Amino acid sequence: MFELLGIPPQALFGQLLLGLINGSFYALLSLGLAIIFGLLNIINFTHGAQYMMGAFVAWMLLNYLGINYWAALVLVPVIVGISGVIIERLLISRLYHLDHLYGLLLTFGLALIIQGLFRNEYGISGLPYQIPSQLSGGQNLGFMFLPNYRGWVIVASLVVCLATWFVIEKTRLGAYLRAATENPTLVGAFGINVPRLITITYGFGVGLAAFAGVLAAPIYSVNPNMGADLIIVVFAVVVIGGMGSILGSIVTGFGLGVIEGLTRVFYPEGSAVVIFVIMAIVLLVKPAGLFGRTA
Amino acid sequence: MKIKSLMRAAIAASFLSGTMLAGVAMADTAVKIGVLNDRSGIYADLSGEGSVVAARMAVEDFKAAEKGITVEIVSADHQNKPDIASTIARQWYDQEGVDMITDVPTSSAALAVNEITREKNKVFINSGAATSDLTGKQCSPNTVHWTYDTYALAHGTGGAMVEAGGKKWFFLTADYAFGHALERDTTAVVEAAGGEVVGSVRHPFPGTDFSSFLLQAQSSGADVIGLANAGGDTINSIKQASEFGITQGGQALAGLLVFLTDVHALGLDTAQGLVLTESFYWDLNDDTRAWSKRFAEAHDGDMPTMVQAGVYAGVLHYLNAIEAVGGKDPQAVMAKMKEMPTDDPLFGQGSVREDGRKLQNMYLFKVKTPDQSKAPWDYYELVATIPPEKAWRPLAEGGCPFVK
Repeated sequence: MFELLGIPPQALFGQLLLGLINGSFYALLSLGLAIIFGLLNIINFTHGAQYMMGAFVAWMLLNYLGINYWAALVLVPVIVGISGVIIERLLISRLYHLDHLYGLLLTFGLALIIQGLFRNEYGISGLPYQIPSQLSGGQNLGFMFLPNYRGWVIVASLVVCLATWFVIEKTRLGAYLRAATENPTLVGAFGINVPRLITITYGFGVGLAAFAGVLAAPIYSVNPNMGADLIIVVFAVVVIGGMGSILGSIVTGFGLGVIEGLTRVFYPEGSAVVIFVIMAIVLLVKPAGLFGRTA
Repeated sequence: MKIKSLMRAAIAASFLSGTMLAGVAMADTAVKIGVLNDRSGIYADLSGEGSVVAARMAVEDFKAAEKGITVEIVSADHQNKPDIASTIARQWYDQEGVDMITDVPTSSAALAVNEITREKNKVFINSGAATSDLTGKQCSPNTVHWTYDTYALAHGTGGAMVEAGGKKWFFLTADYAFGHALERDTTAVVEAAGGEVVGSVRHPFPGTDFSSFLLQAQSSGADVIGLANAGGDTINSIKQASEFGITQGGQALAGLLVFLTDVHALGLDTAQGLVLTESFYWDLNDDTRAWSKRFAEAHDGDMPTMVQAGVYAGVLHYLNAIEAVGGKDPQAVMAKMKEMPTDDPLFGQGSVREDGRKLQNMYLFKVKTPDQSKAPWDYYELVATIPPEKAWRPLAEGGCPFVK
């Protein structure tokens, strides 16, 4: 508490806001993971690589084809999503009848291969990607200088997260999806093409990762390891929120971003582990996660 | 009888000609050099495969084959982790007959290899790591520290920033041996010049998001934000500092360790105006340009960093010492390396001091603006040449135990 007094409240607001911004990435990524796990029962370790691909494809579109950030924001999730669909059809779909572990091994291997390919081609230092001119500069909020782009990151990810939640919880398509999660055989008996539903879901989850990648490209370095560094944290977020819980992953994503942000002020050395400490505590107290249903 | 003496003569003749070719009698010297560095993480571009390319070029330029010395080069990825570096070093020395390990960026890993090399009585020529402790408190009679160190960086970039009026400093420090050493050495420079350190924050290594730390630096009221980190961490820090309007707000950024590949990754739009200290730049003179062109051809068109240049020069000096000694006994070779002056196309003339410190010029560079840059990789403008006596820590101040 003593240290709290050492920090002026304005600075604290600033840090809270920054935490929310980082939380946006956690939320987007853990949402995709949660959806994929919910329906496919696959722990998608390729997620980090797909986030990285999102950033790289945005860079390629700009540098090879002159396609700007805004178009990339729409195009990249589609392109990377399609690559996800291909992976699902070609590889992952063959593993559904096997144990979780095989899916994990496959997707982990894929992630290593994808990262290796990009590392070979583009090196490790990363590539420059400018903030779009409409969003350069920033606002002086009194307690901090907020770059316009960071504000946009929060808004964009909140909108996408809530829209996803709405589609899954409130629409007919979402109802099919949830039903297929519960009992695929029965849903199939009603004439719904469950395998196609699964493919689309995987593509969509991957698209979310790619979207996060495009959002990240202008502020983090676009490099082949950017996803590998992040994905471990995101997995912890998913575990804390509860595997497969849509709302849980969004709320914990933002929440843990804030907690991590505060740790950076009060005990910066611990900011890399704080999420894992929380994960350990949650697993001990509530093994199904904060929002998870006990199986 | 006749046949026997004929055979004897033939054997003697072949032996003689073999000796003539070898110059000195060392036709059977086989040397194994291990390039140990980061091949997949945030320091992979500034060391990595490029350092292996540089080591091979040194063997080629030394003309080892003509001198009857066979040189084999092996390489491995230490992933910036001291434990992995130790395991590989032990395996190389104990089982694979490696005589010398070179490069080893990441100070914590370098210090580990430093210890093992001393224990096994082999040779360690470090190019990639920064900590000045390698030739200070933790110095070893088996180690040469070639390219740069935290003392030289602190005095180069730090000294220049203090001279330009930056009296109040805030440090963003990578939380491991290297960051701590760089912060310590720069603090000494700042305080000696009458400045003060108003705060510092130690960030996890490697990090991604530095905005939180930058915001703390921003509100500290410091004139200069010293980045005591490297590679990808520095790239992200500088990128995000420009995003948060830190330099526009009147605070200066001091990238205490910035490599050519970092500037390449940042792009000149973001990196322009940065002041940095290096001991090598490809565009310094005709020799460096010619060598770098060869290097680029062998390495996907990328120009060498000072770390890769240091690997080349270090391996070359090591092989020259072996030739002069006529064998590869570690103690004899170390003594020879310290006795012989160094001379190579990249760093020019220099020497290796008693404590293992390689002495040469350091250069203060400023990153060009996009308009000033005329060609790919044309990034630096030379601001000042720092002579060896000013660049490196005086022998007496290092606290190296075996130096009397």
